[in-house]
Amino acid sequence: MRILVVGGGTAGTIIANNLARRLGPETRAGKVRITMLSATDRHMYQPGLLYVAFGQMAPDQLYRDQASLLEPNIEFHVDPVKQFKLDRNQVVTEAGKTHEYDIMVIATGSRMVPDETPGLSEGAEFFYTEASAVKMYKALREFQGGRVAVAVGVPHKCPIAPVEVMFSLNDFFKARGIRDKVHLKYYYPIGRIHTIENVAKWAKPEFDKIGVEYETLFNIKEVDAKNKILKSEEGTEVNYDMLIVIPQHRGMEVIERDNMGQGGWIPTDRYKLTMNGHENVYVVGDTTNLPVSKTGSAAHFQAEVVAENIASIVKIGAPVRDYDGKVYCFIEAGHEKATYAMFNYLNPPDLKPPSKPMHWFKLSYNQMYWTSVRGLL
Amino acid sequence: MSVTKTIDARDTFCPGPLMELISYMKHATVGDVVELLSTDSGSANDIPEWVKKVGHEMVGTEQVEGVWHLKVRKAK
Repeated sequence: MRILVVGGGTAGTIIANNLARRLGPETRAGKVRITMLSATDRHMYQPGLLYVAFGQMAPDQLYRDQASLLEPNIEFHVDPVKQFKLDRNQVVTEAGKTHEYDIMVIATGSRMVPDETPGLSEGAEFFYTEASAVKMYKALREFQGGRVAVAVGVPHKCPIAPVEVMFSLNDFFKARGIRDKVHLKYYYPIGRIHTIENVAKWAKPEFDKIGVEYETLFNIKEVDAKNKILKSEEGTEVNYDMLIVIPQHRGMEVIERDNMGQGGWIPTDRYKLTMNGHENVYVVGDTTNLPVSKTGSAAHFQAEVVAENIASIVKIGAPVRDYDGKVYCFIEAGHEKATYAMFNYLNPPDLKPPSKPMHWFKLSYNQMYWTSVRGLL
Repeated sequence: MSVTKTIDARDTFCPGPLMELISYMKHATVGDVVELLSTDSGSANDIPEWVKKVGHEMVGTEQVEGVWHLKVRKAK
């Protein structure tokens, strides 16, 4: 049995390690081979980028060598897929190698695409890559006061980030002693301030308390970077002194190039996590087209289901679990407090009041993540 | 009127039906009709509200066995 994992992010790494541990005897006997193809030899803890943007973590704290995270019975190649040949159960890599599989996991993730919005790259700060997070920190450090606009592209990963960044901005400018010189305003695509109704109900009075204003039904159309004007699809315009944007995302180019899914999102069965029409291809994390948050948390819970099911297929010839839509997101709420949102397909989150222990738990998780991707937590 | 695309946004709390619609409309062609399936009781109000504000067109709203079927034509 040849198991091919394409992508070395959160989901791919958890699946490969989980499988390597569950199928240790089978790999040692040569009955199962686990291969991972990744675009990079480094693994980034992406939620740490928010902390980098506020000078609370250094970029090098976000990385580990990918090979050091993997079980020894995983064959690892830094050689991303250039072409999927689903009808032949093959992929061709950038280096020109062909890998055949019996079961494939596609976990290639997503990328921000600010260049798809006119003026956005020139006019806005971001924190979804290392370089942009460092640049945003420097801009925040230099900022002397004025109008800070925070706007949100669709779709985006980490749906809690827009709310968290407002609390972080409030704390940051208070610590710098210039909060009274900064006007914070939040622009959100739908008709309330967060897509999860219970998060919106919780965040609204919190925003009111710290003086964050908000406008809803605001979708970014374009940015006039020269004159510092943000324009919405709905016809409104905003003048700003600093613009921070949660950018629109897409899946990876190879997915679109091979016509596997519009926007780079692969049509996926919401319970089995198999690619529609391809029972031996699993899709996890940001790569799916599922109506599920694009977060490391969703990727983690999906990965556990997929790994258990693939191991079961090897051992008994059938999968054993369905994915129930589970997501658990920490929410940094400012003032060194945090809460969380846990939900699945059928049960909405029930938010608890933010607390310091939950914030400490999040800070601890920033380190515990490395245990998590090893498939141990 | 033929539906170009159906978006199954039933039983989802995040990103939610309206986010799914907004996301799809970015890549749709003017004239396309999308049918959004939603079990969110708020969809019958918040989808038409956004569609009107942004300038697209609602071409159908009905609830069948607890599922909202909301049809929207991309107008610009």
